[in-house]
Amino acid sequence: MIKQNLHMFVMAAPLLCAFAVNLLGRLSRAWVAPLVLGALGFSTYGAIFVLQEVLTNGSFRYVVGNWTAPYGIELVLDPLSAMMLLLVSTVAFLASISALKSVSQELPGREHFFFTLFLILIAGLNGLVMTADAFNLYVLLEITSITTYGLIGMGSGRAPLSSFNYIIMGSIGACFYLLGVGYLYILTGSLNMADISTILGGLQGGNVATATAFAFLMVGLWVKMAFFPLHGWLPNAYSHAPSGAGVMIAPLMTKVTVYLMIRVMFSIFSPEFEFVRHAGVQNLIVWVSAIAIICASLLAFSQRDLKRMLTYIIVAEVGYMVGGVWLANTTGLSGAILHIVNDALMTLCLFLAASAIAYRTGGLSFEHLRGLYRKMPVTMAAFTIGAFAMIGVPPTCGFFSKWYLILGGAEAGHWEFVAALVLSSLVNAILFFRIIEIAFYPTEESHGHGHHEQEKVKVQEAPLMLLNPLVITAVLLIVVGLSSGTIVNDVIRVVLPDLF
Amino acid sequence: MEAILAELVAKYNYWIYVVLMMIGFYAMIGKRNLVKKLLGMNIFQTAIILFFISTGVKRGGAIPILDKHEVLLHGINPATIDNPLPHVLMLTAIVVSVSVTGVALAILIRIYRRYGTLEEDEILEKIGK
Repeated sequence: MIKQNLHMFVMAAPLLCAFAVNLLGRLSRAWVAPLVLGALGFSTYGAIFVLQEVLTNGSFRYVVGNWTAPYGIELVLDPLSAMMLLLVSTVAFLASISALKSVSQELPGREHFFFTLFLILIAGLNGLVMTADAFNLYVLLEITSITTYGLIGMGSGRAPLSSFNYIIMGSIGACFYLLGVGYLYILTGSLNMADISTILGGLQGGNVATATAFAFLMVGLWVKMAFFPLHGWLPNAYSHAPSGAGVMIAPLMTKVTVYLMIRVMFSIFSPEFEFVRHAGVQNLIVWVSAIAIICASLLAFSQRDLKRMLTYIIVAEVGYMVGGVWLANTTGLSGAILHIVNDALMTLCLFLAASAIAYRTGGLSFEHLRGLYRKMPVTMAAFTIGAFAMIGVPPTCGFFSKWYLILGGAEAGHWEFVAALVLSSLVNAILFFRIIEIAFYPTEESHGHGHHEQEKVKVQEAPLMLLNPLVITAVLLIVVGLSSGTIVNDVIRVVLPDLF
Repeated sequence: MEAILAELVAKYNYWIYVVLMMIGFYAMIGKRNLVKKLLGMNIFQTAIILFFISTGVKRGGAIPILDKHEVLLHGINPATIDNPLPHVLMLTAIVVSVSVTGVALAILIRIYRRYGTLEEDEILEKIGK
């Protein structure tokens, strides 16, 4: 009984605790930390069992509230969605530890509001990765978006303005998605993904309407994931968000949306529809992603602030994944799915490091980074591992997914995509080595005063609550990198026959 | 001309939704006042809600409230009854749209307190200083 419903508990735990945090947090702020960590710890622990269950006993479908499939809401748990569930819970758990500390510094007295939104966001993301219903997906997408607007809007300075721009762009994206669902509903009379897919397969005519629906769904999701020409809202929103919100939103939101794109492409439509019938569109999108990668990398190059630079790298990484999916071969798609996992962890690592640095130095522009290797050796060591993963240095996970993507690009003959990937890796290398160089050498003043002053630089490490998740994530980057083979063979390849 | 008119009349509900949607889209992208942008977003969402509702309507369709015993005995002819599902879906979409508007208004209040204006140009000018 419990075993069958475990994934529901994984989703419900943060949702229920969100209300408890809000109510009990008003009485005493001391309630916030145990409730948040308890809920997310439970979710992570449960997600491990869900993944284990799915891997041993095969994927299954779950009907919520016993309303049978095409009418009620159905959840699908295959290895892919179970893996995403684990990824979301793990990242959320690690991010929440760091957020608890940084929020108490940045938003003192408002922790309970912050973590109410934070937990609802995680519940929404957990729901998103499991749902098999097109309209339910829209509702959960908006739950995650609305909580994100709120979390970003809590920041100081320009944050409310960035959040408002995000609201406008995010709503356009969600409305386009809803329109696409409307067209599909008119065509098929169903909202269940599997059901729509069966009905579309036997449909006579209605080609233009199906293509229109597909275009609306894709454009909607691309706006939400900040695919390059539609990325305008992301850098401001993510860099002005409070650090506690950034460590959660930046690794997960875009990655989960890429996963949703994969779901929509292969659960509602078929590879034959996208890659054979509309081969021209497929070529075009790979080209656009190549351009996206190059432009976003160059934009990252012109930033003088660590967090802003990272946001542009996220935009480039979205290009990697969209391009990888649209390469239309198994290698490219495996690479894209593996990159969802890796990129979530790499972004988490870098944002946790940024959060720890901001906690101690009060800022993230490059001037603040001087001499950090002496001041915060552990943080910077973890940051370096994250940077190496972003560049794609072998033992870290970033290398393996990039390798699959490059192989996929070569296999499909899309050399422009391969070139963009290599160029972007080079740009990343320059970007991060520039930062490492700045951080390695001591501050200007002490440099002027000679050798004597340098000895005095004290180690001022970030507090343990910021440091622990960072170190764990850095270790995870290498562990996931070394077990890439297992992930690809046991999880991703198992799902692919359904997709191709 | 006749053909175009006939087309317009036959599918007038879709034309209305397209026009409304374009008005909303223009306001979101083209206007420089943040409240006007928000209003544009509401028009945009309303257009989609109307589009969904109009797909459920049938010519001569009755309201979908049925006598259970009658239906169990004789069955129903779906062509005579409006489809209630789009309406139900739109209830949820309306809730979403209200929530987004609420959050946006709250954020607009914060922006106004900080910059003393809701004109995008003036805000950007103040940030630039």
